[in-house]
Amino acid sequence: MNRFRGSVLGSAATYLVLCLLAVVFLIPFYVLLRNALMTTPEVTAADWHWLPSALNWDNFTSLFDNPERPFGRSIVNSLIIAVITAPVSTLLASMAGYALARIAVPGRAAVLAVIVGTLMIPQAVTFLPTFVVVGSMGGVNTMWGLIAPGLFNAFAVVLFRSFYLSFPAEIEEAGRLDGLSYLGVYGRIILPNSATMIASLGALSFIDAWNSFLWPLMIGQDPSSWTVQIALSSFLTSQTVNLPQLFAGTAVAILPLVIMFLVAQRHIVQGIAMSGLKS
Amino acid sequence: MTATGTTPLRKRAARPVPATAPRRRRLTERQSKGLAFVVLVAPMLLGLGLFRYVAIGWSFLLSFSEARRTISLGHWVGLDNYRELLSDERFRDSLTMIVLFTALIVPITFVGSLGLAVLVNRVRRGRAFFRTAFLLPAAVSYVAAAMIWKMALFSGVPSGLANTLGALFGADATPWIQTQSPPLYWIVLVTLRLWLQVGLYMILFIAGLQAIPQHLYEAASLDGAGPWRTFRSITFPMLRNTSVAILLLMFIAALQAFDEFYAIFSTGASLGSEPVRTPLMHLYGVALQDQDYGVGSAGAFLLTLLIVLVTLLQGRILGFARDKD
Repeated sequence: MNRFRGSVLGSAATYLVLCLLAVVFLIPFYVLLRNALMTTPEVTAADWHWLPSALNWDNFTSLFDNPERPFGRSIVNSLIIAVITAPVSTLLASMAGYALARIAVPGRAAVLAVIVGTLMIPQAVTFLPTFVVVGSMGGVNTMWGLIAPGLFNAFAVVLFRSFYLSFPAEIEEAGRLDGLSYLGVYGRIILPNSATMIASLGALSFIDAWNSFLWPLMIGQDPSSWTVQIALSSFLTSQTVNLPQLFAGTAVAILPLVIMFLVAQRHIVQGIAMSGLKS
Repeated sequence: MTATGTTPLRKRAARPVPATAPRRRRLTERQSKGLAFVVLVAPMLLGLGLFRYVAIGWSFLLSFSEARRTISLGHWVGLDNYRELLSDERFRDSLTMIVLFTALIVPITFVGSLGLAVLVNRVRRGRAFFRTAFLLPAAVSYVAAAMIWKMALFSGVPSGLANTLGALFGADATPWIQTQSPPLYWIVLVTLRLWLQVGLYMILFIAGLQAIPQHLYEAASLDGAGPWRTFRSITFPMLRNTSVAILLLMFIAALQAFDEFYAIFSTGASLGSEPVRTPLMHLYGVALQDQDYGVGSAGAFLLTLLIVLVTLLQGRILGFARDKD
């Protein structure tokens, strides 16, 4: 009896705590949207208002008017980068992961060691060396300089490899007997059957590419090669800050991913649980 | 070099693919195997070779050279770059800063994400909602979050959210980010990263929790163990490997902090001169503004050394997660 009452009370308390925490976690999103729709006097007013007096959508349109901060261009740049990086990096990792899991050739262990070895080096630390190399090849302020180093993800290779190790071998053998080459087996059988893995790692890769900051800051020095995160940070260094516009810009930088996150949530959660996270 | 050595191989390997079946059959089993392996692995190997190995090797050599305004190797200066950096008070301050930050953020995020995982795992209804609410911030970039924290939640004006809540308790409006003593900016930095990361680690803990065999809990409840006792004797020990791995990820992520520090503290004047800065910010200033790639490279290796040390130390104290598998 006592235990029953205890567990009811306990789970009520659990719900209460979780609901409170959920509100705390969602408040920053709310404040962002609120501010993005306010006028400057409202944002800087002395006291707090939960709702804007009117929805000022022009904060979002005026965002694109400032020629010194090419916000529209930066969004296009970020989109191009993420749209190329996500599928290409995922495909490359899947290819390498499959070969390392399933094609037994001499020297395979050494290749695996070379690839896994890059995981030992902290990511942020490699930015400067990579900048030196990409810079010497003329990659500063270019699209390929922004994209290329992000295409090679050793972590995803490891994940794909362990995924393919548990893939049933009979299907591949059947494909071989039907006259498919090793590459044919990969393209016709393996790839279509990795859709879930590809979706989850692709989504994570898209998020990473869209949100990355340090590399674009180093390589995209000219405003024409800014990404959306760089354009956003440029608000802080400008002389006069239009606050509602800043919040509108932040909302634009966040919303596409939040929507994608909500849509692809199940895959992303799986991906994170499998990958042990990449950031 | 890796790059030039493997390129022709890859080109040769790519050709037979579109060819039709009869031609391909002439390859022996071993050849076609090797061919497929090379075609599938070569792009990744080339990319990692160039952007990781060649880059790091080159940068390692630069760290022993005088390389101002140039990235070509030339004037060998031995350990001078390392000495110069370590005698720079601003760099040493940044090291202190990142160690403090790590010491604060890692335990808080660890306890927070484990606590959330246990709570979310306990409820039967609404699990998906809570998971989403805590994970959603993970989609936000550090820069965007820093904007919200700096300009809305912790802005110095009376109508900032933190100051509005403070006013309810009679506190005066506080400039959170500018206040150095007491260092209130820590509250801004820690809550920001906590908000962004706690959901990701929570998911990892939930995955670990769900791998714990249910019969252990049944046995514990038969023995009359309460929730706290169950957590201490079953849940926490069973999460050992997960915990070790998560701690490692947290350490590495904290020691490389850059984005939010830059977005919050940079004034755009001169990088590396901010009142609060991390080693990466300092190195960015050295390499991209002073164009001193020798000293910058030396710093990258010092930071790597720091991270390797922490990793080894953690492995020593807690044991590596892999040991048990």
